[in-house]
Amino acid sequence: MDSKEQSLIHPWKDEIFQIFKAGGVSQVAYVPDAGHAQVINQVWADKDMAAIPVTTEEDGVASVCGAWLGGQRAVLLMQSSGVGNCVNMFSIINNCRFPFLTIVTMRGEWAEFNQWQTPMGRATEEAFQMMGINVLRADRPETVGEVVSAGFDAAFEGGDAVAILLSQSLIGRKKWGVK
Amino acid sequence: MKSSSSQYGEIDRRVFVKKLIAACPEALIVTGLGSPSYDVYAAGDRDQNFYLWGAMGGASAMALGLAIAQPNKSVLVITGDGEQLMGLGSLASIGAQQIKNLTIVVLDNGHYAETGMQKSHTSLGTDLVGVAKACSLDWSMHVKEMSGIDAIAEHVNAKNGSGLANVFIKAEEYPKALPARDGVYIKNRFRAALGLEPF
Repeated sequence: MDSKEQSLIHPWKDEIFQIFKAGGVSQVAYVPDAGHAQVINQVWADKDMAAIPVTTEEDGVASVCGAWLGGQRAVLLMQSSGVGNCVNMFSIINNCRFPFLTIVTMRGEWAEFNQWQTPMGRATEEAFQMMGINVLRADRPETVGEVVSAGFDAAFEGGDAVAILLSQSLIGRKKWGVK
Repeated sequence: MKSSSSQYGEIDRRVFVKKLIAACPEALIVTGLGSPSYDVYAAGDRDQNFYLWGAMGGASAMALGLAIAQPNKSVLVITGDGEQLMGLGSLASIGAQQIKNLTIVVLDNGHYAETGMQKSHTSLGTDLVGVAKACSLDWSMHVKEMSGIDAIAEHVNAKNGSGLANVFIKAEEYPKALPARDGVYIKNRFRAALGLEPF
């Protein structure tokens, strides 16, 4: 695990994209993260999906709600540091009961070199819960597909608001090139 | 009607919004919180109006998702300078999508009317038309007279690009006209107007 690099291709990332594809996702809003890079590339390459880069994660919250308002399924990809940017915007989900799914790659919890990531990483789960969003977590490669699929159905079949946290250990250590 | 001592624009916001919506009868409208929501409601409630009462900075981003989902409809954001300033980055995201059916109308009085008329950045140097242009929206314009409605409506109805109109309105407060605050109700009736089921 320690030798794993963030840029590696992981089969579980394919599984995430396949769940979006099979579930009829039309829009994927994102602020990039190395852990999401593979899925983001697949979205850009898919003619039936709109890849929507946003400059701050809260815009992604609003845009995926707008997508549902217009009859499309949309998902938000971000890293844990972005969750703090979203907090007030989560009010839309709560007030309007929009189905909501976000997939969050975690920082600040596993061999983190940059401790500036740690405060928000530590607060991520609670920030979602405080705003009424259910949190699921995948820690092992073999459970990612199952967890994402469960969250997807809870959101788009059940109308729930769901955040799926992908543990930093899944993604591996970021290479800083320093000893 | 309470007038502010500072003269900003000349346009009467309520009259402008009512005429604009009359000229774009098919548009799907998303309103920014505060006075723009009141203006749009005062013009006559419509199922195709989505009123934000919070989520400041989110109106344009929400409209982006909606416009992509409904490419055959025209989406019109009616918001204020303060709300758009909080969501400046959404203009970059809209420019990046190069969509053809999204118009943002900023009712710019240079002030935060809802909170006591403190000056906003548009009366302290920011030009939202310049920002929109720099974010590669297809068109952007300053509107200083009521006749600007025609040019805006033409874009909205033609669905030929994304654009932003900065409308210089008088810095004055009107009596509040309050749309429903029940977000679930507003969401479901908006979706029903598009032939979509409630969840």
